[in-house]
This record gives sequence, C-alpha cells and structure tokens, in this order.
Amino acid sequence: MITDEPAIWTQGLRKSYPGRGAALDGIDLAVPAGTVHGLLGPNGAGKTTTVRILATLASFDSGQAWVAGRNVARDRAGVRARIGIAGQYAAVDGILSGRQNLEMFARLHRMRAREARARADELLERFDLVEAAGRPVRGYSGGMRRRLDLAVSLIRSPRVLFLDEPTTGLDPRSRIEVWDAVRELADSGTTVLLTTQYLEEADRLCSRITMVDRGRVVAEGTPAELKSSVGGRDLDEAFLLITEGA
Amino acid sequence: MTTVTEPTVHGSRITWATVDTWVVAKRHLLHLVRRPDELLGTLMIPVMAVAMFGFVFGEAFGVAMNVPGDEYREFLLPGLFALTMAFGIGNTTISVAEDVRGGVLDRMRSLPMSPVAVLAGRALADVILAVVELSILLALGTLFGWQAHLGVGAVIAALGLLVLLRMAFSWVGILLGLLVSGPEAAMKYFALVFPLAMVADTIVPTDLMPGWLAVPAEWNPLSSTVIATRELFGNMAAPATSWVGEHALTMAVLWPVAIIAICLPLAMARLRRLGR
Repeated sequence: MITDEPAIWTQGLRKSYPGRGAALDGIDLAVPAGTVHGLLGPNGAGKTTTVRILATLASFDSGQAWVAGRNVARDRAGVRARIGIAGQYAAVDGILSGRQNLEMFARLHRMRAREARARADELLERFDLVEAAGRPVRGYSGGMRRRLDLAVSLIRSPRVLFLDEPTTGLDPRSRIEVWDAVRELADSGTTVLLTTQYLEEADRLCSRITMVDRGRVVAEGTPAELKSSVGGRDLDEAFLLITEGA
Repeated sequence: MTTVTEPTVHGSRITWATVDTWVVAKRHLLHLVRRPDELLGTLMIPVMAVAMFGFVFGEAFGVAMNVPGDEYREFLLPGLFALTMAFGIGNTTISVAEDVRGGVLDRMRSLPMSPVAVLAGRALADVILAVVELSILLALGTLFGWQAHLGVGAVIAALGLLVLLRMAFSWVGILLGLLVSGPEAAMKYFALVFPLAMVADTIVPTDLMPGWLAVPAEWNPLSSTVIATRELFGNMAAPATSWVGEHALTMAVLWPVAIIAICLPLAMARLRRLGR
C-alpha cells in the first residue's frame, strides 16, 4: 500500500450548488504521504468544500479524488477507515465527558469495549486531558475542546488527517498547543491536510501550500517559493498579490 | 509510517450494525442521565396528562359520554399511553436537529460505522425511554384505580403495540429532524403534535367529534393502537363504527410498520445528502 503515490490526489475537482454557482471550479491537489499540506484561502474560497468532499461528507460533480490510495467516489468505506477529521464540521458531543466521547467514537471505530477504554486513556494522557476527562465537554475551554476533537480524530491512527481551520477562534497559547500536536503527528508519518485563513499558521506548519480563491487554485508551492514568486517579504503580501492577480 | 494500523473488520455487517446502534443509543441515554432535569421534563408530560385529563377534565368528559368519572378514566388511560408515545416525536426531532447543527452527525458519517446505526441508535434510545415512560404510566394508572382485566399476556401484547407505535413515531421524528433547518424550527413546529395526539380516539371518543373531524381521527394511526390496547387491557371502549375501527388490532400493527417502511429509507436518503 505504501508507495510513492500521493496520499491525497485530486484532478479537476468540480462542484456547484444549485443557485449558488461553482463552489469548486477545478481543484488539483497532490499531497505526498507524511507531509503537512496547507489549503489557504479567504472565506468562501472552497477550502471546506474540498475537505468535505475528500472526507466523503459531500459529493462532487466531476473530476477525480483519491485519498490513501482509495477512490473517494467509489470506495467511501475504504476512505473512512483511513482518515480522521477534526475542525469546524466534525464535532464532539458537548454533554458527554471527554472520556465518554473518546470511548464512544472508539467503539464506532469498531474497537471492542476494553480496547476502546485503553485507547481513550492513551489519548487523554497524550492530549493532557486526564484531569478534565470526567467533566462534560461543554465546560471545556476552547483549547481543550479542540485538543479533544483532535484526539477523537486520531483514535484509529489515520493515514490522512483533515484539519479544517483547527485554530480558528483559539487564544495564542491554545493555538501553539494545537500546532505542536500537528507537528508531532507529521513526525510520526501522518499526512495532514490543513485548511486555514491564517498565513502564519500555514507558514509555520506546512511543507507546501495550495492557495485557493473562488474555487480555483491560484498558486502552489513551498512557503518560501510563494513568497519569492511575488518578491514579497512575507506570505501576507504574497497572498494579497496572488489573489488580486487571479 | 510505523504507527499506521490497518482497521480490522470482523463479524458480519448485521452484527456491526447492531453493536453500532447500541453504542449510539447509549449516547442518547447518557444524555438523559447527565441532564436529569430534561429526563424529568420528559417524564412529566405523561404524569401531567393523567392529572389534567383524568381529573380536571375527566368528570366533564364522563358526563358527555354518559359514564361516571372512574369509568372515563379507564377509557382514558390507554389513550394517554398512546398520546405519550406521540409526544415523543418532539424530543426526537429536536435531538436529531441538534446533532445536524452541532456536527456530531457529520463526524459519525465520516466513520467506518454502519450508516443506518447513526439514526437507528436514536430510535432504540426512544424505545427504551418509552418503556420507562409506560412503566411510570402503568404505575400511576394503577394508583388511580385503572386496571387491565385480561391477564399478563394481553398486557404485554398491548405494551408491545405501544412501543411499536413509538418506534414508528421515532422514525417520523428522525426524518423531520433531518429536514428542519434547526432545533429552533423543530421547537416551533412542536404544536403540530397536538392534532396528531388528540384528533384521535385518545381523550374524546371519535363519535363525539363533528363528522368531518371524526373521519381523520378514526384513520389516525394512534386511534388503531388505542382501540387495540383498550381491547387487550379489557378496558371500556366506544363501539367501533368504521372499518378501520373494527380492524384496530391489525391496523395497530400495519400502521407503524408502514410508517417505518416509508420514513426509514427517506431518512437514510436524507442523511446521505446532508450538507451536500
């Protein structure tokens, strides 16, 4: 299964919503295994739609999409067994405790009860949630909630992890905690596709970035390449120049 | 690439669907345990119904039916059992709408779990809750002098019909929860449960309703269950005047089965297209 083929690969991905026009107008992505790839763009650029399609939560009109060697359109179960998703759209249960969330989702990942408990313990420890494990999640801080969300998405050690704006709305310290966790994941070989509106985040975490605007790829490269391509000093400038030129 | 484990899938599809359904049902039951005030609120509906309809309106309704209040309450209780099953729709709809909004449903859809279990877990939790509600109502009814006259087997059959009805209404609620724009909308539509629960042979016999209302009331699935359970409990019933009233026992099985057969596939189709 492990080859040089990209962990995420799309070609000409198109999707339009009736009455709202094209959400995706031909997205091409190639994310090598074991890297952190950024999908950067303003609100409404198509980042979330792309992630939802790749995570089997939404359909697409045309084009091709492969995740972890599986065809997204034809083998949803295969994709689902190999991915994790965290962020805006895949939430945790606010009424249950952190531990109950982890155990429930572990059971739904087809783990036996004892295995699920052990995995919950492991993840609570790893994400520094042991103390809060028994409390209802709605009492958690934003950062704790996001860490739990991340823990849930890692229950089955996914090959590919989708992080949809994982730090939106977090305070600086929580943001750094999430960044550390993402780096650790990448070091252990997980492929991460991260959407973000924060250029700093993309710059710090991603080995490559795809910039999207209005459903199209407007630039692709390493953070350094993107900066130099427009002669700008930082990504902010690069981003503005590129999206204006598009 | 060392930490990546291949998910192992063992057991048959049906076994897994059952396990997943139970795990999801447990989530909803844990919600009730974690929010005892909501559980209390849910249980208060049947208790209040017995108090209000049994005693506040009971004597007057008895007069209208030409029977004493005691006898009216014997007629009433099976109606309230079924009415309680109908009121559950509101809870189900709101709960499903909250899960759509909150993103838990999306997370479940991204898991390699059985798709039908995502929704069937809610239905199973509803059925378990219905058993609790019915136990309380039976106890309360007994306390107020209501009784079943035809033995344990008939009582179990009657309770089975009520639970089957609740399961059907649960699927109606699940479908509605997937269709409404959010939990607020679900709360606004809650009043629609009243005609469903009361334009039926539940509180007032259909022959005391105006003719144009009596027909839909007789064909209301609730009426079939109520008449069938009155028969099984050996409680007083108004004489059946229509075809559907005469075939109450058959209809009390057919209605729920038909409702599930329609709502379950529609809900599954809706779940697949959610947010697309």
